[in-house]
Amino acid sequence: MTVTEPKPSYKYVGTRPVRHDGLEKVTGRARFAADLNMSGQLHGIVVRSPHAHARITSIDTSEAEAMAGVKAVITGDDFPAVEPGHRQYDMCVNVIARDKVLYEGHALAAVAASTRDQAQAAAAAVKVEYEVLPAVLTIDQALAPDAPVLHAHMMTAGADPPAEEPSNIPNITRFSSGTDMDAGFAEADLVIEREFTTQPVHQGYIEPHACVADTGQDGHTTIWCSSQGHFNVRSSTATLLGWENTRIRVIPAEIGGGFGGKTTIYLEPLAVALSAKAGRPVKMVMTRDEVFRATGPAPGTKLRIKLGVQSDGNLVAGDAYLIYTNGAYAGPGGLLGAMTVFESYKIPNFEIEALDVVINTARSAAYRAPAAPLTAYAMETMLDEVATELGIDAMDLRLRNAVAEGDPSTMGFPFARIGFVECLEAVRDHPHFTAPLGPNQGRGLAAGYWFNIGESSSATVNLNEDGTATVVTGSPDIGGSRASMALMAAEELGIDVYDIRPVVGDTEAVGFTDVTEGSRATFATGMAVVEACRKMVVELRGRAAKMMGADVDEVDWVDGQAVYTGSDGDKDPLPVAAICAKAKRTGGPLTATGSLEAHGAGPGFAVHLCDVEVDSETGVVRVVRYTASQDAGTAIHPSYVEGQIQGGVAQGVGWALNEEYIYDSDGVMENPSFLDYRVPVASDLPMIDAIIVEVPNPAHPYGVRGVGETGIVPPIPAVANAIYNATGCRIRDLPMSPVRVLEAITANGGSNGA
Amino acid sequence: MLSAMKYASPTTVAEAVGLLGSEPDARVYAGATDLIPQIRAGRPEPSVMVDLKRIERLCAISSSGSTYTVGAATPTADICAHAGLAAAFPGLVEASGLIGSDQIQSRSSWGGNLANASPAADTPPSLIVNDARAVIAGPGAERTVAAADVATGPGATSLGPGEIIVEFELDEPPARTADAYLRLIPRTEMDIAVVGAAARVTLDGDGKVASAAIALGAVAPTVVRVPDAEAALVGNEPAGDALAAVGAAAAAAANPIDDKRGTVAYRRQVAGVLARRAVSIAAERARERGGQS
Repeated sequence: MTVTEPKPSYKYVGTRPVRHDGLEKVTGRARFAADLNMSGQLHGIVVRSPHAHARITSIDTSEAEAMAGVKAVITGDDFPAVEPGHRQYDMCVNVIARDKVLYEGHALAAVAASTRDQAQAAAAAVKVEYEVLPAVLTIDQALAPDAPVLHAHMMTAGADPPAEEPSNIPNITRFSSGTDMDAGFAEADLVIEREFTTQPVHQGYIEPHACVADTGQDGHTTIWCSSQGHFNVRSSTATLLGWENTRIRVIPAEIGGGFGGKTTIYLEPLAVALSAKAGRPVKMVMTRDEVFRATGPAPGTKLRIKLGVQSDGNLVAGDAYLIYTNGAYAGPGGLLGAMTVFESYKIPNFEIEALDVVINTARSAAYRAPAAPLTAYAMETMLDEVATELGIDAMDLRLRNAVAEGDPSTMGFPFARIGFVECLEAVRDHPHFTAPLGPNQGRGLAAGYWFNIGESSSATVNLNEDGTATVVTGSPDIGGSRASMALMAAEELGIDVYDIRPVVGDTEAVGFTDVTEGSRATFATGMAVVEACRKMVVELRGRAAKMMGADVDEVDWVDGQAVYTGSDGDKDPLPVAAICAKAKRTGGPLTATGSLEAHGAGPGFAVHLCDVEVDSETGVVRVVRYTASQDAGTAIHPSYVEGQIQGGVAQGVGWALNEEYIYDSDGVMENPSFLDYRVPVASDLPMIDAIIVEVPNPAHPYGVRGVGETGIVPPIPAVANAIYNATGCRIRDLPMSPVRVLEAITANGGSNGA
Repeated sequence: MLSAMKYASPTTVAEAVGLLGSEPDARVYAGATDLIPQIRAGRPEPSVMVDLKRIERLCAISSSGSTYTVGAATPTADICAHAGLAAAFPGLVEASGLIGSDQIQSRSSWGGNLANASPAADTPPSLIVNDARAVIAGPGAERTVAAADVATGPGATSLGPGEIIVEFELDEPPARTADAYLRLIPRTEMDIAVVGAAARVTLDGDGKVASAAIALGAVAPTVVRVPDAEAALVGNEPAGDALAAVGAAAAAAANPIDDKRGTVAYRRQVAGVLARRAVSIAAERARERGGQS
């Protein structure tokens, strides 16, 4: 750990207790959504499109409805009509198609039956007639002048001049420094321009989407599901059904990985509609094949960047043209790419244009620092090239240009305290940085940035009669956040961390809380917990004052007990348990809440160093050493900060080396399994050395910055730069699979000396 | 799915053969590590699944001193743990250990790996370079064929209706002989060969190659022997030009396809590389074994 300044001496924050949910998980007893079964439960199966692009001319469910065990069949007609322009139009027609299917795997009907086999048989018996339309499968096809248009209503937002005809470009984002770009590039001694292409990748969570919905005679429903945000499941489901939020209660199950992919919904409204129609609980669990075909890829891209650099290494101009495809619907890829591409470096003259493009593939979903790993791939490999070209050390080049407190961001606001330079220095000073390399090995350096977000969070702290505490929040725990909530509450209240039970409350048990996304849970929900605890401490001091016969101003809260500081002689301190025991006589139950819209999520920076060994005759790349620094502000639970860093690296290495969606010429996915969609296995990775840098975030009571996402940003360029240093080959297409690496080595004149 | 099927677990070969003859779409399985995923992926369900693991002869390893007999359903975990096999056929045993995870290892078998007839299977190239023989039982008399003659194409075999592989016979290798197997996978584990290469080399007293066998997997509908590579080695030291010729011959013999796992060009190039490397490893092992047999 690299600590940049003395921090307060904490008793609990910064320690590493066993997580409260840990034992149940490692013993296999934790309940995930698919583990839940209800009496009388039916099984729901989705009917999906075999075509990438088609108009639905008819759906005949009569045969399916007559089959053994079938209790309900639904189609888009069972939901309220939704028109373009509706706030959640894309989500609604993605969950269940209406007149058109826009990708292979698009849901268009669902069946509930007594057994899963019966439901599958009935789903196969739903007769759908299609008018098959030409499919648009690549960015180039989508932008071709004669391209089939996916959405007749799609007029490009941000087009200049304004769009008059529909196209496959939902929006264009532009940012610029407002300076003279030609003059900027004229100041440069070196100008390089490079293009990159990348394919969609999946988040690869191990747990498929799953839910159970039980709709009662009163028209109210309860949903048990795996998601990153059950309040979002509630509101999205309500929107699709045309219901009020109050008719839906969502109970979060344990979540088996999300990485952004469970910030949207797929199954829940279908399960509710089937349950309402059948009058029985309905369970739906996706297969892995469905997860790949119909959920969450991160966008594929085409990126073109031009950089102008002076001979001393100063970046003077940057021009970026970024195209993101978000699958069949509009998405935020382009905007997020534009927000991240130049953010880490001081570039006085810049211009960014970013397009989103729709194609006939699954609607993309968020994936850990969405868009940023790809802009980093382009930018950080180009910086490496600049360093080589100018004869400047790659680390020095980054230190020279790195943003620091007060520097303007792409969107103009100045950065508050950030830890980019500290992260660079932590890697520079690590033994790995100067360790010798073996034969056929190369080392790559890369940095990454993610802005992190705040949003709404709620927490309730209840003190129990025995002096223990329950901390209820609305943030599904996808990375150890419950342990962090308990640690912050322990620090505030002075109660032992194991005497605090951190739980995730359902939509009727805690105040509104946004999705666990943007690395916000420990930051924002943590702030709500701290707020609730601080109110509780005020209450505890008041109760103690009553018990002592003192004034509240004469009572301090010190290390879990009320201490009298007045001048009326000595009074025994009152521990929390003693106050709880007398609560009935001092004012009743002890409960406090915190609810807030969190601002000031501190941006996260990371710097990674990767050693690879390349077999120049087969193109196989093995990652043999990896060191990653990241600014956590303050690490509440260092083990889970390290875990987030290591997890980000693992996913980023997979993205770099092997992961990609492969489609046939009709847009049918060819690799919808973990056999042919290759996430890394444990033996593919070395132990990842995580360096936690702590530059406190001034906006958080403990200095927290979110850590969940930034760790996936640098790995792709770190691996790419390492491959270059091992082979002399720059690979600008992902993934850098053995086939592609061998092609590059062969094109470069063969062996690297193996 | 997996609902209406019957399950049978015969304890003798005759009983198994009888069950197979009694139902037109009966399927045998040894580990079922291919069959169950195939059914889950939508292949038609067999009416009865005949489990071969309860037949003692199919799960036994024995040696007569000059010949090893290995039951066709013997778990590859048992094969990997067998000191005699590991010493005599190190490449074949390594190939056996590459099939799937530890859990799969307790189920997977040579018989299943060969009869499933996947072009990318790991053990057939090694069985073939070691001249393994498959003993086949069926409605007629037991017959013995070269392991090389069992698979005839992707998913297709020369096994007749009601026939099963009972066991494999492998002759103890002569002196100064050893084998090796290498495969290319993008990951380090849990993957399917993009290219596989097995080699067996017998050296003479001067360290030159007396005989060689080279077979490639995943580059053609069935395992490909590379006689040109074998001929290039015989009479030469397994080094330099002879090895280069092995690589060129293997690349030329490969007849792969473009698919999601690799391209034609890639597979050809890597077939040459792996064949050359497998020969080097086999030759080194043969030198180490010296006069033992």
